[in-house]
Amino acid sequence: MSTEDAAPDGPLEDDAPAEAEAPAPVDDFAPKPPVETVWFDDEAGPVVRLFSMTRGRTRPADEGLFDLISLITVAEPDPERGPVPDLDPEHHSILSLCRSEPLSVAELGSYTDLPVSVVRVLLGDLHEAALISVTRPVPLSGLPDERLLRDVINGLRAL
Amino acid sequence: MASELSDASPSPWRVRALKILVAGGFGAGKTTLVGAVSEIRPLRTEEQLSELGRPVDDTTGVEAKRTTTVAMDFGRIDLRPDLALYLFGTPGQDRFWFLWDELAQGSLGAVVLADTRRLADCFPSVDFFEQRGIPFLVAVNCFEGTEVYAPDDVRAALDLDPLVPVLLCDARRREDGKALLIRLVEHAAGLGPRTPAAVRP
Repeated sequence: MSTEDAAPDGPLEDDAPAEAEAPAPVDDFAPKPPVETVWFDDEAGPVVRLFSMTRGRTRPADEGLFDLISLITVAEPDPERGPVPDLDPEHHSILSLCRSEPLSVAELGSYTDLPVSVVRVLLGDLHEAALISVTRPVPLSGLPDERLLRDVINGLRAL
Repeated sequence: MASELSDASPSPWRVRALKILVAGGFGAGKTTLVGAVSEIRPLRTEEQLSELGRPVDDTTGVEAKRTTTVAMDFGRIDLRPDLALYLFGTPGQDRFWFLWDELAQGSLGAVVLADTRRLADCFPSVDFFEQRGIPFLVAVNCFEGTEVYAPDDVRAALDLDPLVPVLLCDARRREDGKALLIRLVEHAAGLGPRTPAAVRP
């Protein structure tokens, strides 16, 4: 325990470092203490924080939906639905990528050069607005589908 | 057929996707193998540090850095117009185990690449797939200038179940990669129902 750890309230073992940002009972008008650590280059993170694109969200609404190999297709617009919500440029690039063929979540991450975790949140928005349809991967939890596996073997042999 | 559409709307595409993992220690040839059989692409994800092993990630001095980037490789093989096989090279560092769980979920199986100069490097991968009942094989990457071991010696050294295939390969060769994948799928087909071994504490 160093002396600088001796904050008046709250156990510091708490594993959420953001607690440091939460203002303790401090006079709001007091001058802010100087930043102690200065980051340069990569240490400072991207110029635009990635999750600002997702408005701070790090998880899509439906977490189980977007496996790395879930296939995303642009959905036919449903005229009965209300107006399409405001979309960001990143939403539009995802839509244009999977317009011509279904693409996996992994491919969308690679093509957009965005982390998969960000792509998942953006896909969640698009799915909520019914702009995409999602095909989940073949479930393999039970008995493997023998015919499917034979198809895979034959496909590999033919490569 | 086996695909599950989340929407009721009929999709013009009935593409099915499967995944195979390529695991092994650092430098065992994972990227080489994925690149030999498919067009390889880089993939990254940004994960919250709270989900990673805190004791490992020393965040002293960078307390506000909440996320870390994990990079991996993947490739896609179009087996048929309606059947795609994805290969994922698993992230090397042990602290990304939580990502492995996600990757492994619903996977067809795994190729564990072994380098006989550092055989112990593939122990964690072997353990991981054994414990989860995921079909896997061990591929000994025969690097130039290294002594070639008999597969049975490698099997003994890794204490593998006699049913787990052990093959020698050159991860740079496309034909070798194809043969590995075919053997793995054959192995997975013969396994029957998945019965994960009881998870050891």
